[in-house]
Amino acid sequence: MVLAGVLVNGLVLSGIYGMLALGFALTYGVARVLNLAHTAFYMVAAYTLFFLVGRVGFVEAAFLATFVVVALALCAYRLLLEPLKQHESTVLIVTIALALLLQELLLLLFGGQFRSVPALLPGFVEVLGVRVAQQALLALGFAAGVLLATWLLIKGTRLGLRIRAAAQEQEAAELVGISLSGAGYWAVGLGGLTAALAGLAVAPLANLEPHMWSPSLLVVLAAVVLGGLGSLPGALLGASVLAFAEVLVVNLVPGGSFLRTTVALLVMVIVLLLKPEGLFGTSFVEER
Amino acid sequence: MRGPLRIWSWPWVLLYLRHEVLALPGRTAILLFVIFLLLFPLFTQDPYWLRVLTLTAIFALYAASWDLLSGYTGQVSLGHAFFFGLAGYASAILGRELGLPPWATIPLGVLLAALVGVLVGLPSLRVKGPYLSLITLAFPMITLGFIFLFPRLTGGEFGLSGLPRLGQSRLEEYYIVIFIFLVSFLILWKLGGSRIGLVFHAIREDETAVRMAGINTVRYKLLAFGVSAFFAGLAGGLYAHFLRIAGPDSLSLFNSIQPIVWSVFGGLATIYGPVAGTFLLFPLLDFLRVVEEVRMAAFAFLILLLMRFLPQGLVLAVLERLEEECPRCKVRNAFTRRRCRACGVDLHLNPSAEFRR
Repeated sequence: MVLAGVLVNGLVLSGIYGMLALGFALTYGVARVLNLAHTAFYMVAAYTLFFLVGRVGFVEAAFLATFVVVALALCAYRLLLEPLKQHESTVLIVTIALALLLQELLLLLFGGQFRSVPALLPGFVEVLGVRVAQQALLALGFAAGVLLATWLLIKGTRLGLRIRAAAQEQEAAELVGISLSGAGYWAVGLGGLTAALAGLAVAPLANLEPHMWSPSLLVVLAAVVLGGLGSLPGALLGASVLAFAEVLVVNLVPGGSFLRTTVALLVMVIVLLLKPEGLFGTSFVEER
Repeated sequence: MRGPLRIWSWPWVLLYLRHEVLALPGRTAILLFVIFLLLFPLFTQDPYWLRVLTLTAIFALYAASWDLLSGYTGQVSLGHAFFFGLAGYASAILGRELGLPPWATIPLGVLLAALVGVLVGLPSLRVKGPYLSLITLAFPMITLGFIFLFPRLTGGEFGLSGLPRLGQSRLEEYYIVIFIFLVSFLILWKLGGSRIGLVFHAIREDETAVRMAGINTVRYKLLAFGVSAFFAGLAGGLYAHFLRIAGPDSLSLFNSIQPIVWSVFGGLATIYGPVAGTFLLFPLLDFLRVVEEVRMAAFAFLILLLMRFLPQGLVLAVLERLEEECPRCKVRNAFTRRRCRACGVDLHLNPSAEFRR
């Protein structure tokens, strides 16, 4: 009974974390930008959906929100991050400042109280003897679809080939005629897109508030590092390991909700100490 | 007939001041800054100003300690609040359980922080780069979870309040903190300029090469972690007893990021850069209280703009315009000079112009 609940909730959460971690890993692997504002983008998507959903239909609102976030990600990359790529620590500061700026703007526009978006599919169904919101199942399906589509794009198209080449070996990719900056823009755009879609999936499930980006940022960082920075399957695996760890702790340990991020991070530390380059680590660190 | 000039004699001090301090705008600025800090209470004893300057000095020490570890040695710590907060909590709990005064509990907390710093440094022997950063990020968050889990010992989300004060009055507290800050600043600066600091620089640039040169980098990295955690803990202990509360805020992600913002803003791997960055930004953040709603937004926006256009840090950018290096003997000179103050070579000699003539 408890186990079934853990399984279902863990899967839903893995889907959402997976989308976030995938976008983050793409941005880092190809554009070489450690974008700490990634989960702030996801928050902006959720809030834009919340703002628009009463005014226009759900589908239009979702499209608009996605468009806003992808545009935001591309603008931020063009204006702020691309010129600063050489200064790695400056990129950290700039993305954190960007996340704080977005947080404060949302706080000014919508206030600090919890907001929620009405569920697209209200009601519950019984799965394995557990009552699950239909919306959660919808989110799970949505996440699976997005992940599958991204995987097809990366593995099955020439664009995906360019992106993978740029991620694997920048100089060699440039030598065979791949535009690194072009691949970088595609990766940042895709990263923004997956962040936006994760925001859309999460908006009807969770409470929205302007500080929601920082706990999920921790989990995404942990997931990406767990899998090995820059490795896409690693990021997905890391995300689901952490999602299940989180759901297990919240369900089984008394007072577990305090330990949500604690456990995620503890798992990350232990894995890194045993296997310093992450589960699917590439040799990024050796680059000079 | 005059004898040889004795070091630390008055004539020596005056000559040193004239030729080594006042000759360079950067050093003059630091001298003026120290004098300003020491004499400030003569002009005003407004509690608000004393409070802002005291807090700024505490955070400047915190930022400088981050710079020693991350700017110099290149082990970027995203969880420096761990040492800061841990020392504060340790001092608070020791004071409550054993009834010791702050001057006994703060050093104990600081020693604990330094010890823990070395322990946190142990992963740095295996894990490198961004992986290490994220491990350091994890420690304060993990501790935070346990603090909420055991509210009996740690005060939970409200923290431990009502700690004993540092001194009898605001003025006394100001001088205690300023004195500790200046001494620590000097120690960190001298350490950065010493042979140890040189090894730190080298480890950041190319650790393999340092190992090839026969230097035990393990020892140096652990030393950097220990010293950095020591001073971060010192700042944390002072902070807890100055505000009289050791709370979960001191371990938050924001508090880990603050020293990074100040250091990068001022200029990395300089020690004086982070201090200047803090003294510029922290009071500014406090002034912005007049527009409370947009305070953080304005702050974030300002950092965004400054970093976009001065990515190497404000202090270094300004210093680059005020001072220049002699092309022959590498001694620094004020921008106003035409000839090098040490070797007399023409500073603005333009080789390409020479060639054309």
